[in-house]
Amino acid sequence: MVERAEDEEKWLAAGIAGLQQNAFYMHRALDSNNLRDALKYSAQMLSELRTSRLSPHKYYELYMRAFDELRKLEMFFKEEARRGCSIIDLYELVQHAGNILPRLYLLCTVGSVYIKSKEAPAKDVLKDLVEMCRGIQHPVRGLFLRSYLSQVSRDKLPDIGSEYEGDADTVVDAVEFLLQNFTEMNKLWVRMQHQGPAREKEKREKERSELRDLVGKNLHVLGQLEGVDLDMYKETVLPRVLEQVVNCKDEIAQFYLMDCIIQVFPDEYHLQTLETLLGACPQLQPSVDIKTVLSQLMERLSNYAASSAEVLPEFLQVEAFSKLSNAIWKVIEAQVDMPIFGAVTLYSSLLTFTLHVHPDRLDYVDQVLGACVTKLSSAGKLEDSKSTKQIVALLSAPLEKYNDIVTVLKLSNYPRVMEYLDNRTNKVMAIVIIQSIMKNKTCIATAEKVEALFELIKGLIKDLDGDLHDELDDEDFKEEQNSVARLIQMLYSDDPDEMLQIICAVRKHFLTGGPQRLPYTIPPLVFSSLKLIRKLQGQDENVVGEEASASPKKIFQLLNQVIY
Amino acid sequence: MNYLIGAFKPSCNISITFADGKSRKQVPIKKENGQTVMVPLFQSQENISGKISIEPLQGKKVEHNGVKIELLGQIEMYFDRGNFYDFTSLVRELDVPGEIYERKTFPFEFSTVEMPYETYNGVNVRLRYVLKVTISRGYGGSIVEYQDFVVRNYTPPPEINNSIKMEVGIEDCLHIEFEYNKSKYHLKDVIIGKIYFLLVRIKIKNMDLEIRRRESTGSGANTHVETETLAKFELMDGAPVRGESIPIRLFLSPYELTPTHRNINNKFSVKYYLNLVLVDEEDRRYFKQQEITVYRLPETS
Repeated sequence: MVERAEDEEKWLAAGIAGLQQNAFYMHRALDSNNLRDALKYSAQMLSELRTSRLSPHKYYELYMRAFDELRKLEMFFKEEARRGCSIIDLYELVQHAGNILPRLYLLCTVGSVYIKSKEAPAKDVLKDLVEMCRGIQHPVRGLFLRSYLSQVSRDKLPDIGSEYEGDADTVVDAVEFLLQNFTEMNKLWVRMQHQGPAREKEKREKERSELRDLVGKNLHVLGQLEGVDLDMYKETVLPRVLEQVVNCKDEIAQFYLMDCIIQVFPDEYHLQTLETLLGACPQLQPSVDIKTVLSQLMERLSNYAASSAEVLPEFLQVEAFSKLSNAIWKVIEAQVDMPIFGAVTLYSSLLTFTLHVHPDRLDYVDQVLGACVTKLSSAGKLEDSKSTKQIVALLSAPLEKYNDIVTVLKLSNYPRVMEYLDNRTNKVMAIVIIQSIMKNKTCIATAEKVEALFELIKGLIKDLDGDLHDELDDEDFKEEQNSVARLIQMLYSDDPDEMLQIICAVRKHFLTGGPQRLPYTIPPLVFSSLKLIRKLQGQDENVVGEEASASPKKIFQLLNQVIY
Repeated sequence: MNYLIGAFKPSCNISITFADGKSRKQVPIKKENGQTVMVPLFQSQENISGKISIEPLQGKKVEHNGVKIELLGQIEMYFDRGNFYDFTSLVRELDVPGEIYERKTFPFEFSTVEMPYETYNGVNVRLRYVLKVTISRGYGGSIVEYQDFVVRNYTPPPEINNSIKMEVGIEDCLHIEFEYNKSKYHLKDVIIGKIYFLLVRIKIKNMDLEIRRRESTGSGANTHVETETLAKFELMDGAPVRGESIPIRLFLSPYELTPTHRNINNKFSVKYYLNLVLVDEEDRRYFKQQEITVYRLPETS
């Protein structure tokens, strides 16, 4: 392997030397206005690019030097044209070159001048160039040639408002040109996957990765055309691009290009074509990391929603939520082997999306959590830390969004998700919940809510199955119990009856905590009770002695039981 | 240059000039000594006229048995050196026997000359046209002067010019369909077409289109065939897959082609072929040859 690298350096050096030498003679010819020699030496110079000996990384170095030299040649051609040399004749003349690769580089260079001269419509020249490039079927050489074509034509596309705009609809021609170049480049790029021996697959994939932006560039340029409005995108661009993405059946290309589409085109386009875009997902190769793609999409849409309230109605109009949750459901159904971590990540992204776009729809939020529960139920209690971390993130999101545990308590699936955490993570989550309450100073004012809350934090309240005492650090235990202790202040109702209920509920739970916990948990409970008593005493004797009503006596009774 | 039959010093200068020498187009030809000279260009049925000037040298006088000019169309086979076959031979007597002691000019004219064959310079055969002036002398040896000229004949665009479209292949290995837009091309034409890959099971490295000229001379047991590849034009770099269509655009003007010559005077033929060559990774060549007709289109001014 090391040998190879050294050889490659040698060949690159030789290629550069050959290129520079011919460039020197080319410059001489340019300086003396010798067109014939200029073409001869430029063709020889470009012949260095015919090499098969360089990896894409090294080939790029050679290509860049040729690129620079061709700019000088292009300037010469421009001058020649100005001086009355027929550009059409020049376009033919360069096609006399016997070897195809130099011929096509020269043709693209003259083509650029041809378009600039406006002696022919831009669309005709572009069409010819993108067609003729089909002669290069070698993947790396073809990719770089077409990349060159893309670069020289970039500023000469017949876009709306450009100086090369012809009659009506020429932006259609610009789009057609870009789509064709993109399609051919993707085909070449995919072809690399199957070249060479099986044992070099990793190397090939690395090389492919180095070249991917050459393919993606076409989409960037498409995205920047003025004339590609929503209709054009919907009717032509997206269907054609997706067709190529799906049909190429290549995992690497599909993943990269889906991501490209999402990043390059505006978010409102994605909203309006959500069905089409999501519809492509199940058609991709099963090994494509579709969850990452979908997560990217949802993240972008979430940010879009967050950017301005004006766009939110659009989300409703296109039924974004149901489309996305359907798509995710389909993907999870289809990819039976998807690891839990993946599924949870997807739901996490969907949840974030929902919280941004439909924060008022607790039913949507609960739906997402419910779907997560369904998936988790097939896996049982989780062991891997990646997944559990992701679930903590999932569960933390609503806490952060609403800043109100009371809202979160309304999510029926929330505790169900927590069931699937291992004991330690369960406690971590419980702490997170308590921290959220303390930070936001949320008051939990009914016994019912307290019950619900304690269900969530039960890992801190008592020993759960499978808990081992010596697992826990003394320090950690102290921290935990102190958190619980601090929590008590937030459990408060103005209504004494309700408050008594609360105290009873809390007491009931604390008593299951075991002797280790009571020293921490009982004192705050006592203080809470005493506060209530004081309050009751401060009230009028008008308080009717009802059975269920709180009375200092009752409370003292309770306390006695507790202390002993 | 004087050709002397007999080793005598030149006694006179003979110059041949064409009546429209200034206006007529000239083309280069390579002489036997390797030099390139420009000579006038004619086509069949034209008038060839001009003047002969005979100028004695060093005050000598030239006694002769007659002066004539011949217009010859000749085919020379190289393996049969020195053997000229004259397919056209016209003569004009310019002077009766007598003496030339000072510069004398004789006009000549050959009207509407049938020159059905083009000038051709090949590997084993040559067809030329020449004006030959002969000052006949008995004992001193005749004095002869030659002036080459070139004949090119033009054909209008053919009324029927079908494309060539064919599917060829090797079972289970390679199937292609090739298409050339015409079967008859003029010398400054463009071959436009495509190669469509129906089946590709071999690893192709590249594909070329060659233009080959096959010159056959003689007949029967004495037939010589010389094949020359005049053009090697790369059509494709790299390995295609099934369904790929590779465009062809080959300009003929850079190459030294001549029109197709079929059985010229029963002596020789010159035919052209397009040879499609595919080369695989092991340098094995797969090819398909197809004849085309080449013709000379009248030049628009």
